[in-house]
Amino acid sequence: MSLGRYAPFILTSYGIVAAVVLFLIVWITMDYRRQLQRLRELEASGVSRRSGRSAVDTK
Amino acid sequence: MTALAAIIRRDIRIALRVGGGALIGVLFFLTVVVLMPFAIGPDLALLTRLGPAILWLGALLASLLTLDRLFTADHEDGSLDLIVMGRTPLELTCAAKALAHWLAAGVPLIVATPVLGLLLNLDLGATLAVALTLLVGTPALTFTGMIGAALAVALHRGGLLLAVLVLPLSIPILIFGVAASEAAISGPVSFGTPFSILCALTLVSFVIGPFAAAASLRQGLD
Amino acid sequence: MTLTELANPTRFLALTARILPWLAGATAILLLIGLYQSVTAPDDYQQGATVEIMFIHVPNAWLSMFVWAVMSVAALGTLVWRHPLADVAAKTAAPIGASFTFLALVTGSLWGRPMWGTYWEWDARLTSVLILFLMYLGLIALWRAVEDPSRAARAAAVLTLVGAINLPIIKFSVDWWNTLHQPASVFRMGGPTLDRAYLIPLMVMALAFSLLFITLHLAAMRNEILRRRVRALQMMQASQRRAA
Repeated sequence: MSLGRYAPFILTSYGIVAAVVLFLIVWITMDYRRQLQRLRELEASGVSRRSGRSAVDTK
Repeated sequence: MTALAAIIRRDIRIALRVGGGALIGVLFFLTVVVLMPFAIGPDLALLTRLGPAILWLGALLASLLTLDRLFTADHEDGSLDLIVMGRTPLELTCAAKALAHWLAAGVPLIVATPVLGLLLNLDLGATLAVALTLLVGTPALTFTGMIGAALAVALHRGGLLLAVLVLPLSIPILIFGVAASEAAISGPVSFGTPFSILCALTLVSFVIGPFAAAASLRQGLD
Repeated sequence: MTLTELANPTRFLALTARILPWLAGATAILLLIGLYQSVTAPDDYQQGATVEIMFIHVPNAWLSMFVWAVMSVAALGTLVWRHPLADVAAKTAAPIGASFTFLALVTGSLWGRPMWGTYWEWDARLTSVLILFLMYLGLIALWRAVEDPSRAARAAAVLTLVGAINLPIIKFSVDWWNTLHQPASVFRMGGPTLDRAYLIPLMVMALAFSLLFITLHLAAMRNEILRRRVRALQMMQASQRRAA
């Protein structure tokens, strides 16, 4: 599959899209882990939710 | 109606006082227009070509500068709460405040335009064309900018955020204002086309501005 | 589950936990299929292989507008119905939408260089999408500027609805003005004019990117709900400490 003489443009486009999509996925995943970590720490330090359920309960 | 007239008179009086900001706007306009030739160079032909754009850009930035004061002064001394709670519909009050702001801060810009046109080597016809488009366009800038001012009213350093919010909304006004000026001066396009779109933008802003600003004030203050 | 039942954050979290893995899997599969179809699409008679950029440019452009529409619906949810998850939906959609708009601009620019000979042109379509991008950034700035989340939500809701005016302008800009950007060839009155060999990969990629948005959005909403839970617990902890 030859990309012709404009190959750099095509590859750069696909590359940037992949990079930004990956960035979004990584950012959201790490944010999730960070929030779970904070909830675990809060639960360990004795704070409880009004409903009585565990702070780390995400199901 | 007297309530609205009272608000307009009050706002104009405050704006025209020493710290009021109306004259600061004109000074800023002058500064921007004077700075441009220093940046661009003394090429008179180039300045003539860029003249309408420089004047419009200066007017846009000057009105952005003074928009900050539209609501913050009232917010700081508590009168904004009274205005929001008052019996006059908040949309009309916002429109009245915007009108007062335009009269105090926008009209001086238009009056200053012929003088500044001289600095930019614009002939009389061109300057009048720009002044006419500014006459129609600066109300649009004020009424659209009012939305940003209302959104940023309760923030401490809301001035910069206001500019960021208002600029995308002001771009179409700028585009058509300059297009109309250029059409009157040189262009193949007839003056009527961009000018009527500019008028349309202004009329739309008369409706959307007060409604959006009133909604923002109500939401932002409780 | 109705929209009112979903207003309960805990139930929403339960739902998200169940469907997120499936959504992510479906997105990945569709992206792979679309990618394969894109790179194996026949060369265009005029554009050569650069037509492959269309398969990533157009979905991002569609989504940049679609996400603002989603935020506008959420804004109505906040202002009119005070739906609790509307705030969360609006806040989390903005960065994702901004990313799609950025990608639309960049891929369009990289496609424009070989196609039209220029990286940028101040025509109506490009200018209005650039304005959309600036509005996304302004919206994100507004979200971050206001401390209280519900006040921020209401301010952002007003700005979102005002900015929604830009959407029809973008869509019809290529019809109303003589622009360098080509007119609509898919969503138009007479039906698509695109050849099937290109229409199918385009639709697959569009679907894949839409699923990507839904997946990212739901995951981000889940994160935001957890973040608010953290904030609530921290405030409770602070008041408990003060009382003790």
